[in-house]
Amino acid sequence: MALLELDGVRAGYGQTRVLHGVSMSVGDGDVVALLGANGAGKTTTLRAITGGVRWDGIINFGGRSLRRATTEAIVRMGIAHVPEGRGVLTELTVEENLRLGAYLRRDGGGVAKDYDRVFGYFPILRERRKLSASTLSGGEQQMLALARALLMRPKLLLLDEPSLGLAPLVVRSIFEIIRAVNESDRVAVLLVEQNARIALELSSRAYVLEVGRVAVEGESATLKNQESVRRSYLGY
Amino acid sequence: MRFVGRAPRRYWLIALGVIVFAGLPTQVTSFQSLEWAEVLIFAIVIMGLNLLVGYSGQISLGHGAFMAVGAYTTAILVHRYHVDYLLTIPIAGLLTGLVGFFLGIPALRLSPLYLALATFALAVITPSLIKRPENLTQGTQGILLAPQQPPDWASSLFAGVTGGPAMTSDQWLYYLCFIVAAALFWVAWNIVRRRPGRALMAIRDGEVAAAASGVNVAGYKTLAFGLSAFYAGVAGALYALATGFVSPDTFPVSLSFQLLVGAVIGGLGSIAGPLFGGIFTFWLPIISSQFVQTQDWIPDQVASVFKNAGPAVTYGALLILIMIFAPNGLVGLILSAYARLRSRLRGVGERTTGQLPPDPQTI
Amino acid sequence: MQEFLQQVLSGIASGGIYASLALALVLIYNAMGLVNFAQGEMAMFATFLAFTLIGRGMDYWIALPLTIAIAFVGGIVIQRVVIRPVERAPVLTLVIVTLGLATLINGLAGFFFGYLPRLFPSPFSVQTIDIFGAAASWQDLGVIAVSGVVLVLVFLMLQRTTVGLAMRAAAHNPEASRLLGIRVSWMLALGWGLASAVGAVSGIMVAPILYLEPNMMQTVIIYAFAAAVLGGIESPLGAVIGGLIVGVTVNLAGTYLPGVGGDLQLAVAFAIIIAVLVIRPNGLLGRRAMRRA
Repeated sequence: MALLELDGVRAGYGQTRVLHGVSMSVGDGDVVALLGANGAGKTTTLRAITGGVRWDGIINFGGRSLRRATTEAIVRMGIAHVPEGRGVLTELTVEENLRLGAYLRRDGGGVAKDYDRVFGYFPILRERRKLSASTLSGGEQQMLALARALLMRPKLLLLDEPSLGLAPLVVRSIFEIIRAVNESDRVAVLLVEQNARIALELSSRAYVLEVGRVAVEGESATLKNQESVRRSYLGY
Repeated sequence: MRFVGRAPRRYWLIALGVIVFAGLPTQVTSFQSLEWAEVLIFAIVIMGLNLLVGYSGQISLGHGAFMAVGAYTTAILVHRYHVDYLLTIPIAGLLTGLVGFFLGIPALRLSPLYLALATFALAVITPSLIKRPENLTQGTQGILLAPQQPPDWASSLFAGVTGGPAMTSDQWLYYLCFIVAAALFWVAWNIVRRRPGRALMAIRDGEVAAAASGVNVAGYKTLAFGLSAFYAGVAGALYALATGFVSPDTFPVSLSFQLLVGAVIGGLGSIAGPLFGGIFTFWLPIISSQFVQTQDWIPDQVASVFKNAGPAVTYGALLILIMIFAPNGLVGLILSAYARLRSRLRGVGERTTGQLPPDPQTI
Repeated sequence: MQEFLQQVLSGIASGGIYASLALALVLIYNAMGLVNFAQGEMAMFATFLAFTLIGRGMDYWIALPLTIAIAFVGGIVIQRVVIRPVERAPVLTLVIVTLGLATLINGLAGFFFGYLPRLFPSPFSVQTIDIFGAAASWQDLGVIAVSGVVLVLVFLMLQRTTVGLAMRAAAHNPEASRLLGIRVSWMLALGWGLASAVGAVSGIMVAPILYLEPNMMQTVIIYAFAAAVLGGIESPLGAVIGGLIVGVTVNLAGTYLPGVGGDLQLAVAFAIIIAVLVIRPNGLLGRRAMRRA
């Protein structure tokens, strides 16, 4: 059974429908890419999963329906969502942001180890931990958001455009870390990306959204090489 | 006649309202018509408050203080300088409007909360401020005015129409309030239907968007506040004339609250709302302190709550309950009940008016 | 000079009281972008509770923390019952609800405790000691000490504890906080509880000076408004500094400006509010003026 399952999910804002029946699944330890043009509904799909938007249809996580669950409860079930714009609390320090990542954890020893680990991934955060998060650059904020999400020890990581606005080298290193975390902890990842090329490299499966529906789905390796899919949906 | 037959329903309602209020003094005692004059006075202030709160989305907790400015202007002019009392009404309105205008300039550039704070502080300090220039305001003692006698033409007109005795002073003051209230309601109605009203509502529903479409946001807000204060000033002047007495204690902070309650209960953003609000503001304290005591069917414990706590508990509880359950007030309730009835009868819905501004924060 | 020092000292004492109430206002402003007009009345009601407890023979130093605890719970209950249903409504609705709350609590206090002004006991003696040549009353020093301790405790709680961190996060960015598993709505309730508790301290401290009656806080809340606006409505530290400045300024103005005695001291607070709005709307420490325009 898949870790996360969506079936016929419809959602929108006010009178505007954005999703018109999205069905997809993410298996335990999988990396799945969610691709598509601007406005196709990628962000809305993630927001529906963590209860940030009204939806109907079926969303199950670990076999449990998320129908009536609040955002807080969903997060407590083991989903870490790094939202669009990273969700870094810029009024707080870097360290305070990280402490909030471990907010739900009760295993002090494990948390300490995880701090060492994320500081190992992102040494810059250790250097800047006393500074206000607002002083970080875009790439550093993305690192902070990712580090904070890792401290949550999630079963599933939802990443919304981690590459947005970052220099290619930084993107490369962030994606390496995502891969490392996925491999060592078997954290499943649902990755929303504009940058289809790099997303398909990292992921094993991919879905392409078009105006609120899944237009194409399949193995990432296959999609990457399909000329027609690349031309019409991925734009490279 | 065909024109009359096709007139929209609201014109019929207006005509009915005018007839009821014009005929009222012939049906009640002279003293009661003075009570209803106070109802109309409250309706005027609340109309002004409604222009501000309901249409421009600003909030004032100082309209009691503005009433005080208008009332003292009239009282001082009539008592000390022997100015004709009719002339003092527009003077009081304009002066109060000016005070509002100048208070509005610093406060209105910012969030509505600042205006609320500033006007609240004004309401609290006004009684103390009034006491100070004693030779002008006669301090805590207050100013007593002689009742105004009706002019001959009005008196004889009244006697001619009713075929009864000549008009009393109280009845004349009622008609004075009635005429002023009708005029000011008409003005308000025209403002909200036309360009300024649309500009105000645009500001209420989103300042940035309003500014982007070319509305002079600061200008209109200040104007709305000045206009709102003008209404309060006129009402204050009428209050001084009708009751014949003003003192610092006539205008406590709680008056400003009661006026806001009246505006909210009547229905913000509606023209008829303030009339209900006026009725409510005037009668609720009386009912809750006197009427309840005389009713046998109300349990003693409940009655004693009303007696000891005064109207404050009722006001507070009503204010909260209305904001939670019926944010559009009485008029909103009536309209939505009417719309529901209509849609059940005909299967069509009708647009409801008098909405509070939607929250730009919640998507 | 001696008189000046004395006035400054008693200004700091009043300032501590205003600072507590202003801090309560700031806590709620930060949590929901709202000025709580019922803050003073909530404090007044808590003070009546303390009065009742002490009147029943309870020791002052037991009644004080007990009342603060009750006020804390009361604040949470008020948020859950009255504020939560309109949590997402426009700020105008929220303001009106807090006004209704103020009126309601005032009326209830009148009903339960009556409008007769009562002498509230003070644990501090009215005797004075000599500080730098100024005669400082134990009363003033005690008020300064209690307010100081409470303010420091609130700062420690907000800055050093995980709950305080979560409260700040929920106030600054509710959406992102939810995604970290923070129960934002409960954090807002805690904010109300904390504000209510801090406010209660200001009521209990001011009661021996002003006489206890339902309208006692009506003037104090104006000073607190002035303090909060002066400090920058979203800055807790600003509220404390603002409170002290307002306390000292009002006291000095009352002493040295002709005609500004007694109830006209309140006009000084009003003047401060207007002056801040004209000259520096963000206040001393605020980064931006009120949000949610």
